[in-house]
Amino acid sequence: MRFGEYGGQYVPEVLKPPLKELEKAYKEYRDDPEFREELDYYLKNYAGRETPLYFAKNLTEKIGGAKIYLKREDLLLGGAHKINNSIGQALLAKKMGKTRLIAETGAGEHGLSTAMAGALFKMKTRIYMGTVDMERQKLNVYKMKLHGAEVYPVDSGSKTLKDAINEALRDWVETFEYTHYLIGSVVGPHPYPTMVRDFQSVIGREAKRQILEIEGRLPDCIVACVGGGSNAIGIFHEFIDYREVRLIGVEAAGEGLDTDRHAATLLRGRKGILHGMYSYFLQDEDGQIKTTHSISAGLDYPGVGPEHAYLKDIGRVEYVGVTDKEALNAFLELSRVEGIIPALESSHALAYAMKIAKEMDREEIIIVNLSGRGDKDLHTVMKYVEF
Amino acid sequence: MEKKLVSFIVAGDPNIEATLRFMRALSRYSDIIELGIPFSDPMADGETIQKANVRALKGGMRISKVFDIIREFRRYSNTPVVVMTYYNPVFNMGVENFVRRLKEAGGNGLIVVDLPVEEAGDYLSICRRYNIGTVFLAAPNTPEERLRKIDRACSLFLYLVSLYGTTGVREDISNLAINFLKRAKRICKNPIYVGFGISRKEHARRFIEAGADGVVVGSAYVKIIERYGDSEETVRKLEEKCKELKEGVLEGSKNTFLRR
Repeated sequence: MRFGEYGGQYVPEVLKPPLKELEKAYKEYRDDPEFREELDYYLKNYAGRETPLYFAKNLTEKIGGAKIYLKREDLLLGGAHKINNSIGQALLAKKMGKTRLIAETGAGEHGLSTAMAGALFKMKTRIYMGTVDMERQKLNVYKMKLHGAEVYPVDSGSKTLKDAINEALRDWVETFEYTHYLIGSVVGPHPYPTMVRDFQSVIGREAKRQILEIEGRLPDCIVACVGGGSNAIGIFHEFIDYREVRLIGVEAAGEGLDTDRHAATLLRGRKGILHGMYSYFLQDEDGQIKTTHSISAGLDYPGVGPEHAYLKDIGRVEYVGVTDKEALNAFLELSRVEGIIPALESSHALAYAMKIAKEMDREEIIIVNLSGRGDKDLHTVMKYVEF
Repeated sequence: MEKKLVSFIVAGDPNIEATLRFMRALSRYSDIIELGIPFSDPMADGETIQKANVRALKGGMRISKVFDIIREFRRYSNTPVVVMTYYNPVFNMGVENFVRRLKEAGGNGLIVVDLPVEEAGDYLSICRRYNIGTVFLAAPNTPEERLRKIDRACSLFLYLVSLYGTTGVREDISNLAINFLKRAKRICKNPIYVGFGISRKEHARRFIEAGADGVVVGSAYVKIIERYGDSEETVRKLEEKCKELKEGVLEGSKNTFLRR
């Protein structure tokens, strides 16, 4: 239940029994062949797995260094990797006899995928979302409502992802008897970080098989963005034991790591406890959690999954930062040269990959987890770029 | 044993001087003052106390000032003070450092809402070493075996959460709460204080009648502070509310006594 010293279950007493119930159900179903089959069925026929591993030829040639491959999670239903986890947990909740789903969302991608899962499995769904995020992700708010979900505006604290989590937890404390809290990242109390990782690790399993088929060898480097860290863990997990594969997690450096306006938890945070877990957090000298900033709502979170904290400590994954501006440039570059609009979150990973590809040999291989598509971000990007 | 009234407010809501005046008013009828440390992310609290946290932090409240408040309060009152907090501020200061400073300031006990007994090993031994009383919460869905474990970790009292939800004023008290209280009374060795949702004399009386050793009231006071701010009106209304609740506690204990 811990990753090194990190993780745990720091929750109010009321939540201990429902977490135990969830842990028990997850243990029971995770290896159940029938459950696996059902999950695979929906991932394939509903969500659209497997996703391609695409060689970004134009981008590679333009940069003139390592080969850049994109793991196309952006092609999934809803436009992001979040659906892998939402379908998994919703299916589990159904087996547990729950009739209602709640979720938090930042960029709206997890809220959207949970709203879809709610529609698919006929469950009542409520999504908690900060009012700041509702404003910058209007399209996703509308989509969630189309699927019949209720979007509950959260106006407390920084009015972003962390406050949406607080509010979802408050709901769950009241409604756990019939409600499943569908956490969208590898954060929260045990068993969430493990469970979400397991549902997302399909990304890495596919990527490994695909790169072996195409190139006949493992990649030299894998790059993924890290907010809570689910898409990163999802693609890293399968490669952890292959020490020769360099794993890089990219945090949101916002307006710069030396300013107060970023969301780079592992680079600038300290150990602490929030949202049921012991991990790294951006906090002031009193242990009050800080307000973060990133151009991408999905990375705008002052914490990070406990497994990332562990992977940082043991040095298996390198964590770096990419600024709003660099991410925006990568967003524009991929749109132009490949005809693919990446999510602003994924653009952080892409920006770093482009930076290091230059210094690598042409035979070397980088995989970027293109965790989502950028349609949802056009509203934001239009403020910066005019045609 | 005499039945107790525990009165909760948030430290620094809306400022330190006001908090001291409020504590003084409440201590006239309260047996214990519970002082909340404001936190940026109070996930176990309902809207009323969340807002109080925001007011306190906006007013410049710092953790070290909580100790100053207790130290100042000790100059004129012996009413025990129990601090209620989320774990991060304690962890951030270092558990031992925090507990030592609480003791030095004249604090009597500590409640950490998001620190379940499993994670509390070091914390317990430090509190024991500094003679700071421990309080853990139990909820209506806490299984019997776990309730025993929680009971063993408490040294001051066991805080029984009366409902599934966050803190906040509720219209009525539920059978769920009464049944849970009866179950807990059979099992636990510590005094049992019931909290969450208690705001009226009637609530206090009924919980005491059902066997509670005390009741904890928070949001009912915080609502007064929210409405009347830093004023004499607030002090007067807090005292009135506190008196009303204490009467409930006393009536309840008289009735239990008569029934025996």
